[in-house]
Amino acid sequence: MTAVQEKGGPASAPGRPAPSPFKGKKRPGEAIIILVLRLAAVVTVLTTIGILLALLIPSLGFFREVPVTEFLFGDRWSPRFADASFGVLPLISATLWTTGIALLIAVPLGLGAAVLLSEYASPRLRRILKPILEILAGVPTVVYGYFALTFVQATVLREWVGLDTGAFSVLAAGLVMGVMIVPTVASISEDAMSAVPGALRQGSAALGANRMQTSMRVVFPAALSGIVAAIVLGVSRAVGETMIVALAAGSQARVVGNPLEQGQTMTGFIANAALGDSRVGSIEYDTLFAVGLLLFLITLLVNFISIRFVRRFREAY
Amino acid sequence: MNSSSHVPTAAERRSLEDDTLLHQQPGMAVHLTGRRRAATLPDKPDETILSVKDVDVYYGKFRAVTGVNLDFGLNEITALIGPSGCGKSTLLRTLNRMNDLVEGARVDGSITFRGTDMYAPEVDAIEVRRRIGMVFQKPNPFPKSIYDNIAYGPRVTGMKVENMDDLVEEALTKSALWGEVKDKLKQSAFGLSGGQQQRLCIARTIAVKPDVILMDEPASALDPISTMRIEDLMHELRREYTIVIVTHNMQQAARVADRTAFFTALADEGTGDRTGVLVEYGKTSQIFEDPKDQRTEDYISGRFG
Repeated sequence: MTAVQEKGGPASAPGRPAPSPFKGKKRPGEAIIILVLRLAAVVTVLTTIGILLALLIPSLGFFREVPVTEFLFGDRWSPRFADASFGVLPLISATLWTTGIALLIAVPLGLGAAVLLSEYASPRLRRILKPILEILAGVPTVVYGYFALTFVQATVLREWVGLDTGAFSVLAAGLVMGVMIVPTVASISEDAMSAVPGALRQGSAALGANRMQTSMRVVFPAALSGIVAAIVLGVSRAVGETMIVALAAGSQARVVGNPLEQGQTMTGFIANAALGDSRVGSIEYDTLFAVGLLLFLITLLVNFISIRFVRRFREAY
Repeated sequence: MNSSSHVPTAAERRSLEDDTLLHQQPGMAVHLTGRRRAATLPDKPDETILSVKDVDVYYGKFRAVTGVNLDFGLNEITALIGPSGCGKSTLLRTLNRMNDLVEGARVDGSITFRGTDMYAPEVDAIEVRRRIGMVFQKPNPFPKSIYDNIAYGPRVTGMKVENMDDLVEEALTKSALWGEVKDKLKQSAFGLSGGQQQRLCIARTIAVKPDVILMDEPASALDPISTMRIEDLMHELRREYTIVIVTHNMQQAARVADRTAFFTALADEGTGDRTGVLVEYGKTSQIFEDPKDQRTEDYISGRFG
């Protein structure tokens, strides 16, 4: 210890440590920035917790009166009849139909557009196509809803194709919802694919792979986590989409057996029932939150499964 | 062969050298092969596999390389050297049509592979790349298992493979990697060191059984020991493949190459654009010991570049 001090420069007095060659830490601006960033993170977390509580508390009231099993497995949904019944299966069936049809449209079209933009398009084509795709994402859903109701259902499905269907159908709602989700799926998966290093594409090309093989076997697996995230976001949007189904899918809560039938989705019910005539604290009012909670849990489940899927299959670069 | 007037063929010469090589110390071997080979190497390649005639390469309006004439000898290692921006990498990328992937790239003149113009309209660039493989500056294994990295090329090119396991082992053995990875074939290639990754990329290239392997500064991102292993590997590969290597490292060119082509960049007086030209091409020993062009001499003696 003393030996070290004696080796110090001439400035250091014997027996006292040498003055630090570094300046003290004085960066108040940075401290404020860190504080603001922390606050932003905390607000997001608190909001989520708040939403969860707002859903949970009225739902608990609901489940005190209606057993969970009756809610989940009952196939008659008539919360506002005198002979009330709270089986949510009809709503789930309609949601599954519209979401399934939407994904059948959105996943192939969205991924196809993403592969085109990321792997095939010249910079010029990309400059033209991408904004057009993003405009599609900016159309208000109420416009999509009327488009589904008046054009797709009434004109295309009934008049042109001649299908035997009424004024509403889960098919029309699902088809239009699919188109609505295409930009979401395309844009996010295109970002993920473009982020795959060009060196991998060159390596693949140098081995004699064509572009499609490179896209499917190298780029796609490397971008899988982003692509799955895009699809999950698409699913979440489809499950949660309200305006299109409220307008075009119909409002009769029955278990939907084929896509030409009308049906009320979970969101469709919430939109319909939340028009303001349910008394706070009544069972009808609490029903809204129970359905909302179920929606939330379904989205959570989809997220959870997709994370497991990505961990299992992705090829991280 | 017992005839006294028998002139050894290229293959015989090589096997002769390789036999003597086995008795050398590994470190010395590299140094000695160059000289030994220089003595037996003919002045012109016995057999040309790739022939570049009057080639200009453009990126859009920019002319990157002009007036290149070069013949690459079968089963020889040819090094392309020169200062940055002299177009050697650009030229390398035209040799297997990798430049096709660059927007606006264009090749004038002719490049023939075994006598066929590889830029003819009826020629499929993908088939060209299958015959002429490429190893890049930075190791670029796929984010797949070691096994799948090797099997990828044969799978996508639809090669008829009787036993993929054997093919993977063969490719890894030839690239001197088998011993290090045979117990972890199913693990990700990203777990390998940089040098191992580069040898994996060489193995991956070998797996599709190309005739030519192009190497774009294959060791520039590696440490000296990994570099030495790559160079040793190139000597091994020369028995079966023709190798063209771009390198910034002149000692490396001197150590590995049978022939060396020196490029430099000429500035256009009007526009200031720099265009690569071939200055001198010859046996490596001649280029390094007796350069004919003053610019070559200046470059290899370290006076510019």
